[in-house]
Amino acid sequence: MKKIYLDYAATTPTDPEVIKAMQPYFFDKFGNPSSIHSFGQEAKKAIEDAREKTAAFLGAQPQEIVFTSGGTESNNFAIQGIAYAMQKKGNHIITTAIEHHAIIEPCKFLESRGFKVNFVGPDKYGLINPQDIKKAITEKTILISVMHANNEIGTIQPIAEIGKIARENGIYFHTDAVQTVGHIPVKVDDLNVDLLSLSAHKFYGPKGIGALYIRKGTRIERFLHGGDQERNRRSSTYNTPGIVGLGKAVELCQDNMKQEMEDQSKLRDRLIKTIQEKIPHTYLNGHPTLRLPNNVNISIEYIEGESIILNLDIEGIAVSTGSACTSSSLEPSHVLLAIGQPPELAHGSLRLTLGRYTKESDIDYLLGVLPKIVQKLRLMSPLYKEAK
Amino acid sequence: MENYSEKVMDHFMHPRNVGEIKDPDGIGRVGNPICGDVMALYIKVKDGIIIDAKFKTFGCGAAIATSSMVTEMVKGKTTKEALDISNKVVAEALGGLPPIKMHCSVLAEQALKAALEDYQKNISKTP
Repeated sequence: MKKIYLDYAATTPTDPEVIKAMQPYFFDKFGNPSSIHSFGQEAKKAIEDAREKTAAFLGAQPQEIVFTSGGTESNNFAIQGIAYAMQKKGNHIITTAIEHHAIIEPCKFLESRGFKVNFVGPDKYGLINPQDIKKAITEKTILISVMHANNEIGTIQPIAEIGKIARENGIYFHTDAVQTVGHIPVKVDDLNVDLLSLSAHKFYGPKGIGALYIRKGTRIERFLHGGDQERNRRSSTYNTPGIVGLGKAVELCQDNMKQEMEDQSKLRDRLIKTIQEKIPHTYLNGHPTLRLPNNVNISIEYIEGESIILNLDIEGIAVSTGSACTSSSLEPSHVLLAIGQPPELAHGSLRLTLGRYTKESDIDYLLGVLPKIVQKLRLMSPLYKEAK
Repeated sequence: MENYSEKVMDHFMHPRNVGEIKDPDGIGRVGNPICGDVMALYIKVKDGIIIDAKFKTFGCGAAIATSSMVTEMVKGKTTKEALDISNKVVAEALGGLPPIKMHCSVLAEQALKAALEDYQKNISKTP
């Protein structure tokens, strides 16, 4: 059966070139990079190469890159690390209502430990107004964290502007760039950030490896206590194959990003336009132009997301939804609710995310299949008839 | 996919008795679009026996499959027997549901109870 993957925002396949680069570091070059013998040193060299590549890609210095186990760890490290290092100065954190759970949950945890957190809301396109961030600043504010682009609706935030406000007020600024690194240009100096999270498996690297950029001079509490790896900031034996894979993935993105942005934007725009033409009562979620090149998020009225996904899955197409029925919480997506979408529409949302291996023919296939599925489910829906 | 049994997927992909009944003897409409599921169940009763049942459902795979199954189960039963059909019985007939989906099957039970109540109300009104 034809199999079409349109869920690249969930994870990407590891590029075969990345796998090839990682391979020697499992058996031939397995040494512990912290060992001083030749086995250790060849592994250490590979790690430092990857660090340099990653730093260069972000416009940072190698010593400002700390390798982590992925996006969730990087975000937890940034939020908790700054909060605990700065708690003598203040206990107030500003973030947004549309962050990934890997930001929202550590913030809520800190609230239970006496910190105060403001969750600034977006407009209907999912955009955060920098002035709303500015207004939330108090004397006690020690950290601002705003995601670079939203993982569900793809809206790209005015990070540079928010960063400028943070800097003017002497407040550390973190961005969760898990959805943007490797997909759109990300330079720490252009964005005015002090900390930035990334995760390799979102840009054709392996799972279980990521990084946190920490600007030189930033005061941050270490995250994992143990050995002296990562200049005492994050203990744990180096994941050499993962780090090498991350470095290779960065290198490939450096070469391909411009072309991929162009190709994916075209497919994205075609999808957005054609779905809305072919299927009445569908609405685009997120910003029409300030959005990730690979993100399409559409709410389809009168039907529920999981039932659409199941039908698409049977046709070999993989996508995702913000419906409650695919989560254990029974609540629809917090992002869609935050942009003011009525819950019944949020239940019918569909996220299609494109990637390196998406072909025009995949889009043709989806556009052929989706309207039939929607029609079938609408005819089954008691809400549809009433609306007609 | 989602650990749904083959039977659940069969009823989801090929739901039985989708639609409405023109002159139903009972209608049960339950759920709330805000919560992500709504079911409308129509029954036709003759001599105390349910002779036809149809449904329309807005909801996930489990909600649609249990809706379909409940229409199959009530047909041929007396209205009294139908009262004994619980969500657990429907889920079991489907070969079980994933634990987090059990609440979806409650919809089918509630719709059935509502349709039967509606039927009782209608016959008590008839002279």
